[in-house]
Amino acid sequence: MELHQLTIHQAQQALRDKTVSSVELTRAVLARIEKVDPSVKAYLRITPEKALQSAEEADRRRSQGKDLPLLGIPLATKDVLAIRGVETTCGSRILKGFVPPYDATAIAKLRCAGAVFLGMTNMDEFAMGSSTENSGYFVTHNPWNFSHVPGGSSGGSAAAVAADECLGALGSDTGGSVRQPAALCGVAGLKPTYGRVSRYGLVAFASSLDQIGPLGKDVTDCTILLQAIAGHDPKDSTSANVPVPNYLEALQPDVSGMRLGVPKEYFVEGMQPEVEQAVHDALEVWKKLGAEIVEISMPHTEYALPVYYLIATAEASANLARYDSVKYGYTYPDAQDIWDAYRKTRQEGFGAEVKRRIMLGTYALSAGYYDAYYLKAQKVRTLIKQDFDRAYEQCDALIVPTTPTTAFRIGEKIDDPLQMYLSDIFTLSLNLAGLCGISIPCGLADGLPIGVQVLGDAYEEATILRVAYAYEQATDWHLREPGI
Amino acid sequence: MALTREQVLHIAELARLGITEEETALFAEQLSDILEYAEILNRLDTDAIPPTAQAIPMHDVIRTDQVEASLTPEEILANAPDRQGNYFKVKPILE
Repeated sequence: MELHQLTIHQAQQALRDKTVSSVELTRAVLARIEKVDPSVKAYLRITPEKALQSAEEADRRRSQGKDLPLLGIPLATKDVLAIRGVETTCGSRILKGFVPPYDATAIAKLRCAGAVFLGMTNMDEFAMGSSTENSGYFVTHNPWNFSHVPGGSSGGSAAAVAADECLGALGSDTGGSVRQPAALCGVAGLKPTYGRVSRYGLVAFASSLDQIGPLGKDVTDCTILLQAIAGHDPKDSTSANVPVPNYLEALQPDVSGMRLGVPKEYFVEGMQPEVEQAVHDALEVWKKLGAEIVEISMPHTEYALPVYYLIATAEASANLARYDSVKYGYTYPDAQDIWDAYRKTRQEGFGAEVKRRIMLGTYALSAGYYDAYYLKAQKVRTLIKQDFDRAYEQCDALIVPTTPTTAFRIGEKIDDPLQMYLSDIFTLSLNLAGLCGISIPCGLADGLPIGVQVLGDAYEEATILRVAYAYEQATDWHLREPGI
Repeated sequence: MALTREQVLHIAELARLGITEEETALFAEQLSDILEYAEILNRLDTDAIPPTAQAIPMHDVIRTDQVEASLTPEEILANAPDRQGNYFKVKPILE
């Protein structure tokens, strides 16, 4: 095994045993990036000098007897999180050149845990998309097949983990943007409960749905990253003041006596048969491990898509009003007055999907339509949440597919927004309900990965990690590599 | 429901977003499709259902009013497209 192939937990051991230094490990991963990223294009920018500096510092601290959970571990982050002194653009031309004067709390926490940052990964502009084709810069390719999308919006992070261009990565999940690309790239991706991880320094898309989450080569790596970033933050008034358990203790390969719910509404017409089969096979594995499989119904599942696109775009239209050409980012150079500056800066700075969503959200909030669209969507959101509440009265966790198909071809859905939105139907409800979920690899079809989700109730990350870990220990899908 | 060209231009104006003639036609079509899809929500009777703005509600989150170190004006203005002294410089608002 080569150094760039190590998981975080393997690297932790190697660093502790002093069989490898952080500088050696970081150099190996940087060399891997140099080799494969011209084809994968997972990174928007890499910061090799800063990375090697942090690696040297980590080695120095370790030689002085210091040990921290992520000391010397090279990680990537989606271009959506502010890193002090490193250009952060959220995949958008409108933020080109923006250098944050502060660290996002999740970044600060990883720094405190000793992590080394390799750079910023590509994403759909403002996290709006399911394929990373909406990046304002370039398209990322799926490491398993370069003519296919890596999913999105955290497509760069998922591709970087799958291609061994980092040991783990952070992403953000507003409607599935961590779990969907994780599934399409064959890695693990966790969306924590709303409020579990501080959003301070996360570029806002839809504030009632956004949550930062880790992507890793396996469940243990996601757990290590979650442990490092979870917790209350006075700088984010929506972060939960709820104690953070020791998640690593939850990683027991035992689900005997647990009740796993399977909502029938997640197995829909038009689904790729291999995906449906892989999820059924996964259920058999859990059954053999002693879990009880319970068929349930979540009758409002089909309404999640319109509810999501009305609420998320309404919140986005308000959040993106801040891009006004005055404080940071791109400014149209020849504006006549402030109104002209607003219109033309936003016209040239935003891409097509972002404009479309600002328009939809503005409409849903506008006088005369607010009740019919935005308020209606908020009411149906209540019904979707109640579906989950009822499910968790009978079950410890839910098992559902992550996506209806494996990764689609680049260009296949880009001209049809509604078709693109439909690729998220199995991930959106969770964000509307504010709960946690993880996607893990459970199969391959035509050489492309398939993912299955384990969903849990509020602050039940330990439960879903245990269920996912038990499956992983009994199977070897997480060990498959794209072979590049 | 189908959005008219005038409605699309009105929404763009509310959003302070310049759009081309081509985008106006495209958005009229695409937004109409999406809104038509959203019509399925009307199958549900929600008269007695309260709205959810945030799935895990929190109320009156307060913290101690404590003076802490903050960013310097120089750090804050470093990203400004245009500035004058310690101010963001904007285009004329009134002629």
